[in-house]
Amino acid sequence: MANLEIDFCGIKSPNPFWLASAPPSNSAYQVQKAFEQGWGGAVWKTIGAPVLNVCNRYGTIDYKGSKIIGLNNVELISDRPIELNLREIAEVKRNFPNHAVIVSVMVESSKEAWQDIVRRTEETGADGFELNFGCPHGMSERGMGSAMGQVPEYTCMVTEWVMEVATKPVIVKLTPNITDIVQPARAAVRGKASALSLINTINSIMGVDLDSFELKPNVGGKGGHGGYAGPAVKPIALHLLSAIASDPEIQRSRVPISGIGGIETWRDCVEFMLLGATSVQICTAVMHWGFRIVEDMIDGMSNWMDDKGFKTVYDFIGASLPRISTFGDFDLGFQTVARINPDKCIHCNLCYIACNDAAHQCIDLRSGKLNGDMSAMLHPVVREQDCVGCALCASVCPVDDCISMVEIDSGRPHITWNDLTKKRPEVLNWDQMEEYREEAKIHIH
Amino acid sequence: MAEHYKPVKYKQWELTLEERFQEYHPPLTDREAVLEANRCLYCHDAPCMVACPTHIDIPTFIKKIATENTKGSARTILQANLLGATCSRVCPVEELCEGACVLEHEHKPIIIGRLQRYAMDYAASKKLKFFHPGKPNGYKVAVVGTGPAGLSCAGELAKLGFDVTCYEKKEMAGGLDTYGIVVFREPVEVSLSEVRMIQDMGVKIKTNTTIGVDVTMEELIENNDAVFVGVGLGSVPDMSIPGETLPGVVDGLEFIEETKVRKLNEITFGQRVVIIGAGNTGIDCATIARRLGSERVTIVYRRSEAEMPAYHFEYQFALGEGVTFMFMIQPVEVVGEGKVEGLKCVRMDLGEPDQSGRRRPVRASGAEEFVLPCDMVIKAIGQKKHTEMFSKLAEHGVKTTSNGYIAVDFETNRTDNPKVYAGGDCIRSKGEASTVSAVQDGKIAAAAIHQQLTGTPSPNEKHIEPVLSPVMK
Repeated sequence: MANLEIDFCGIKSPNPFWLASAPPSNSAYQVQKAFEQGWGGAVWKTIGAPVLNVCNRYGTIDYKGSKIIGLNNVELISDRPIELNLREIAEVKRNFPNHAVIVSVMVESSKEAWQDIVRRTEETGADGFELNFGCPHGMSERGMGSAMGQVPEYTCMVTEWVMEVATKPVIVKLTPNITDIVQPARAAVRGKASALSLINTINSIMGVDLDSFELKPNVGGKGGHGGYAGPAVKPIALHLLSAIASDPEIQRSRVPISGIGGIETWRDCVEFMLLGATSVQICTAVMHWGFRIVEDMIDGMSNWMDDKGFKTVYDFIGASLPRISTFGDFDLGFQTVARINPDKCIHCNLCYIACNDAAHQCIDLRSGKLNGDMSAMLHPVVREQDCVGCALCASVCPVDDCISMVEIDSGRPHITWNDLTKKRPEVLNWDQMEEYREEAKIHIH
Repeated sequence: MAEHYKPVKYKQWELTLEERFQEYHPPLTDREAVLEANRCLYCHDAPCMVACPTHIDIPTFIKKIATENTKGSARTILQANLLGATCSRVCPVEELCEGACVLEHEHKPIIIGRLQRYAMDYAASKKLKFFHPGKPNGYKVAVVGTGPAGLSCAGELAKLGFDVTCYEKKEMAGGLDTYGIVVFREPVEVSLSEVRMIQDMGVKIKTNTTIGVDVTMEELIENNDAVFVGVGLGSVPDMSIPGETLPGVVDGLEFIEETKVRKLNEITFGQRVVIIGAGNTGIDCATIARRLGSERVTIVYRRSEAEMPAYHFEYQFALGEGVTFMFMIQPVEVVGEGKVEGLKCVRMDLGEPDQSGRRRPVRASGAEEFVLPCDMVIKAIGQKKHTEMFSKLAEHGVKTTSNGYIAVDFETNRTDNPKVYAGGDCIRSKGEASTVSAVQDGKIAAAAIHQQLTGTPSPNEKHIEPVLSPVMK
């Protein structure tokens, strides 16, 4: 069986699956139960400043029968006494010496407070810290959480304060509620952070009740932004992860990254790791189904690694990163067209209407009449010479492998936008662009 | 304990009589309906819509259930089919919309019938009214018969502003929807609420009114601008075999009607019941008998399984209900002293195809007669035509087909008398006699009457035409 062990900036874990700092990692009872069921590590629910909670705390997006494709919360950091948390953290570490126990911390913006909490927490024997610079609700209004993560200078400064006293690795957790995630990531690295984790939750309002006009979640008739998580945020998390994982400055620093955001299955975990995450953190999926989901994460990833011939997770971590590029470096000569397999087509004609109304009108409905004669049903046919290869039809097709996007030789030069505009800057004018198109046989219709 | 945690009772003998006659399919819950509606692909030019004889815009009404616009969903259904509630229960959906569903390839077509019922039940429970009488246009139309064809025609005309009066010989309106559909497929109340909806649209319905007795056909044709005949068919014909009049020999349609108008525990039934005929009426009688408590129920049919007219799903249903089928058996005599004691039968073979294209049953060579012991015989071998009325109509130039149905032009459902239209089972010389076809007949006639009298096309009829991309045109 494949070896799932990781060494995350010195924090050892039997597998890359960690509980994210959140309600599932609120107590020794929960974390120990999770470890017994196979979780490799846990980031303890943030301890630090005193708080009071409200209810309701959660709102969800349910989509076409699937519950919780998105979860939003207005719960704050741990409301249990610090002493109790520290005692339980020590107990868990004693009972599970080979698991990763990381403590998320957040206090007001003073050097004294940060250094004090770090010193006290180190006494528990925990393996490391995670600095919560990401919580977007409740704490941020008090100048903590994302209020820090949104200002790179603060991120750097507080990281430096912590690093002055910490003897264990320190992970800086980043907020996605920012224009350019690379800036605070670089700031954390400048502050000598041992590692990065992302994403924290995204600012959100989950919905409005059509009868009462109340917000979701409803807190005594009021509501406000909360932190959005769950499967719906995964694409955003993957992008932000890839943005920092492919940043040259972060790459030079060689800090490992812990990926977070909408992870639900081993497949999600693999995707995060292919884009550079060494460990992954999970919360919403556990809140939905409990700790038991880790069994399939371990099993599924192991089977996949065996099938691929990977011995350790390091054989594939970051394997997709070299493919991360920008529009200007894409090959303008790459051409695909849609091919519909008539034997698989069930004549729903969704491809036709999507192409006709929302794309480039290159699918025709051929033959047949609306006369009840099923043998004469209309069927979609692609006019290949007009197909721009957008893949919308393949995306809406409900049948597996019915519409394939097939690469064809476009006869056009294989050049990128960056190279083209460097070689022939005149194409930035419409007239010259038309000339170039003519020459490169690029037909717009 | 919550209602849905109660263990479901599947076994007939665990159910009370009343429970056995509840609607066979429970209503969909809100969640079930929305989930199923979301499974619909929302096809462009959906084949389900083509397959529906009334061309209900099925993808649209299902999409509206998905968005919880159930009111809009109900309106979409009723716009195409005023008897959507009945059709949602009695349509042979496997043969029509659901059979055409593109998800059939996954062997899981959308349960269109039950979704339609969900929307219809919603409209009924909220007492929603969608249609109002149109602005009076001064024309008067008489509708004879208040089955689905008549009600549909009357309702569509009322929307357009016609002054419509329906004539019904029975006590309640609704025709077979009210009297002829087994109660665990459709409760009486569903049909009656459709009748009320049509009345609310301004249609006058005169029940207990027999043509030729209370009012003459001459008067109807004389006093109206158009007459629509939707009288359906009559009682089960005689078999012309000895013993047919013995007590215990009953008409299948009357047997079904009992469950609609009487208390269940007052219905007479036998312990050993033989049903003659394997059409949908025969199946209904057989399953009713089983659910009433008959010990042995046997359907005898003179042809084979392949020729039986019952829908396949009805056949499967009957088998599940414990009904026995005896194929290639012809009854020759009902035997008994003062009451039914048995049915004398003979084994048949199939010979050359007859004019219906089905192989003609012929007495098997050397076959001996045998007696099936029974205490009740139910005849379900089709329905007689209202020949008296047809001959009355003939005096007004209305012709009949070679096999005795009213002859119409199927584009307009107009008879050979330009003032007289017809629809429903009385014109259904071959093919699918069904509620939904009757509804469409009524619609077609209403549109044609409007066109004929006002000279303009009916705005009720949405013209459906496939859209072709510019290149194809």
